[in-house]
Amino acid sequence: MSADAHDHPNFFQPLPGTKGGIASWIFSTDHKRIGMLYLYCIVAMFLVGLTLGFLIRLELIAPGRTIMGPQTYNALFTLHGVVMIFLVVIPSIPAAFGNIFLPIQIGAEDVSFPRLNIFSWWLYVIGAVLAVVSLVTGKGAPDTGWTFYVPFSAVTTTNVDVAVVAVFILGFSSILTGLNFITTLHRLRAPGMTWTRLPLFCWSLYATGWIQVLATPVLGITVLLIFAERVLGVGLFDPSRGGDPILYQHLFWIYSHPAVYIMILPAMGVISEILPVFARKPIFGYKMIAFSSLAIAFAGSLVWAHHMFVSGMSDTAVMVFSFLTFVVAIPSAIKVFNWVSTLYKGSIRVEPPLWYALAFIFLFSIGGLTGLVLGAAGTDVHVHDTYFVVAHFHYVIFGGLGFGLFGAMHYWFPKVYGRMYDKRIANWSCLIAFVGFNILYFPMFIIGLQGMPRRYYDYLPKYAEGHFLSTMGSWVLAAGLLLMFWNLWRGIRHGKPVGRNPWGAATLEWMVPSPPPHHNFDAEPVVTHGPYDYTGVKPDA
Amino acid sequence: MTGHDIKYDTGPDAGPDAVHDAGHHAVPVRTNMLVWAALMLLTAITVGVTSFDFGFLNVVVALSVATTKAGLVILWFMHLRYEGRVIRLMVFTAFVILAIAIGLTFFDVAYR
Amino acid sequence: MHEHRDYEGAKIGMWLFLFTEVLLFGGLFLLYAVYLHRYPAEFHAAGKDLSRIFGTANTIVLITSSLCMALAISALQRGKVVLSQRLVLLTVAMAGVFLVNKFFEWSAKIGHGIYPDSPALLKLPPGEMVFFNLYYLMTGLHGIHVIIGGAVLMYGWHLMRVGRVTPEHFVFLENGGLYWHLVDLVWIYLFPLFYLVV
Repeated sequence: MSADAHDHPNFFQPLPGTKGGIASWIFSTDHKRIGMLYLYCIVAMFLVGLTLGFLIRLELIAPGRTIMGPQTYNALFTLHGVVMIFLVVIPSIPAAFGNIFLPIQIGAEDVSFPRLNIFSWWLYVIGAVLAVVSLVTGKGAPDTGWTFYVPFSAVTTTNVDVAVVAVFILGFSSILTGLNFITTLHRLRAPGMTWTRLPLFCWSLYATGWIQVLATPVLGITVLLIFAERVLGVGLFDPSRGGDPILYQHLFWIYSHPAVYIMILPAMGVISEILPVFARKPIFGYKMIAFSSLAIAFAGSLVWAHHMFVSGMSDTAVMVFSFLTFVVAIPSAIKVFNWVSTLYKGSIRVEPPLWYALAFIFLFSIGGLTGLVLGAAGTDVHVHDTYFVVAHFHYVIFGGLGFGLFGAMHYWFPKVYGRMYDKRIANWSCLIAFVGFNILYFPMFIIGLQGMPRRYYDYLPKYAEGHFLSTMGSWVLAAGLLLMFWNLWRGIRHGKPVGRNPWGAATLEWMVPSPPPHHNFDAEPVVTHGPYDYTGVKPDA
Repeated sequence: MTGHDIKYDTGPDAGPDAVHDAGHHAVPVRTNMLVWAALMLLTAITVGVTSFDFGFLNVVVALSVATTKAGLVILWFMHLRYEGRVIRLMVFTAFVILAIAIGLTFFDVAYR
Repeated sequence: MHEHRDYEGAKIGMWLFLFTEVLLFGGLFLLYAVYLHRYPAEFHAAGKDLSRIFGTANTIVLITSSLCMALAISALQRGKVVLSQRLVLLTVAMAGVFLVNKFFEWSAKIGHGIYPDSPALLKLPPGEMVFFNLYYLMTGLHGIHVIIGGAVLMYGWHLMRVGRVTPEHFVFLENGGLYWHLVDLVWIYLFPLFYLVV
């Protein structure tokens, strides 16, 4: 909130000569406002998904019925999956922080297609509304799981039709975001912003954009085929009509495996931004990290069938895809090694964003390594469809993307709001969430190895301790997250005002006022140094 | 290309995105007509050869002809021939990914 | 906010969008490939039921419409706006011919009781059922794209009339043309797969 707020209103304030109001937000073409719209929607949806997950855990606290019946349980975990995957995780970092910071980081005034950008937010809203509509209309909420596997999804009487239309629309929204980012990065970089001076966050969004553009349409056609199967009786996956249900799984995972990288790559980009700032030294292996983002995006398109080892696929395919799966581990490991090397001999300043980044590295490493257990066909046969998978998935997506998102929130908070949250509470909330996370998900590895099947409403008494512990963890985790959100909320209203560059970072978004003004830069910046060159850069608050 | 907000690459590795005027290149009418004639000829060929039975090779022939036609449309009608390296590389990537999706699926269905 | 006029950027954006279309159809081509591999004899038998004359006629119509579109762009770039407008109208007219053709073709098939979920279809061998289901899905989705493409080109024609697409700023029409050529491209593969590979 600088003194020159009058002639340079920040992007929260109305443009000079306009009134502002809600329409100036929901029809805005300003990438920062669109990013904020996304951010608030995503946080709201995250709280919905969190509540659903919390209720699922509560039901599983003890064997037998505790708080809900089996049909409700099925609907809740389907909804938990759909909300978390399609409304939170896939848009999360790109649509919120990517929109706000990608143009500023490359010295541009906006993205290439601002109107397409707000259109994609509207598609997101329509998709979200339809997802809710699918719950309350028709003959009951969808109970298929977020994967919509045939044949069940083709025959269940619940309202799958509307849900798949929602997924189709959300996919379109995601495509438009990716398309916009790729074009923006090719066309609107400021003078001197060469590809090798691009912040690694932008590199990760570039790779993500390609996955969004090339993989999402396959999901589009897949859910349309479900729709055609249910409404028109086309039956391309129906064995009685010559169809093959396993092909559904192929098509679904041709999108949904790369989609895992849509989720994790932007978070990796955030970590690559945070670590060098707080280690006060240039990131180790810039080119390898940038390259590994592209490598992950490409290799991610080769491995989808490792979700199908026990689906009745041919043995040859099992071996080929198992082998290819190990290939993806290489670029991921490159990133982790480079991050750790960045910290090595750095003059580390411990601040909340760094804690979240470190939590990311720890949790993502566990998630990634257990992924190899699942990628190896021999062990996968034993742990497939058990809680081991649930644990692995949540370590990667929640521990990875989730903590990356929280890290991004804490890192860019002072830039977006021009204020600082209470750092002590932020540290505590990170610790509580981290501990709660591990209490919640680590026991799932163990009961998974013991044979507890995923998705089940009820379980044998021998799994009771693990489930009980896990539910306890969900309370700790929820408490940590609520503390975190409360702290951020309080920071927005009462935080201490900060200057342009409280962390002492070297990327372009820290050169503009906090919050950034409407058109980002007074004059087009000319870039003369790399994004992690801290020579002469000092924190100003 | 008149907008003042277009950013040019000035850095050492600006190559792939360097602005060029190829897109404004108007394809001569003659070229377009020749491409059309070739497409017609190929259509005649692909319809014509169906009276012979090469067995499995029928599919190969039909798809080869179709791919040739697709190449003509992409290169001339869609001006890919006149585009810079960036767009050409992008198109190549998209088709590679499609080929991977279809190709790797056959590790399953061909060996089941 | 002022309008970005980034010609190259607009084209990159359009190509990226076309890739999404390629991959959208790609999912169906994948299914076609797998099922052709599984049911070669049934596909052979079922394909004989489709009218090769209709298919060839539509191929000629669509390729020629693509030519008109390419000529329209060239004409506009040379400043011949009226000629360009006429060529666009001709392109859209051929899209109409294609759809009318398709309508008669589908009507004939439906008249014989062959359509998804029909009693006659369900009596066919599984491989033939798959063939016809794919036929309706793929040509149907393609038909929707023909309609969208026609609408986009009509809008481009309108923009030329009101002077918002001009020999200097023609990227909208060029991108509309790219979309139209993609529609042609998809048909170039659909034609042999359904009418010829039998």
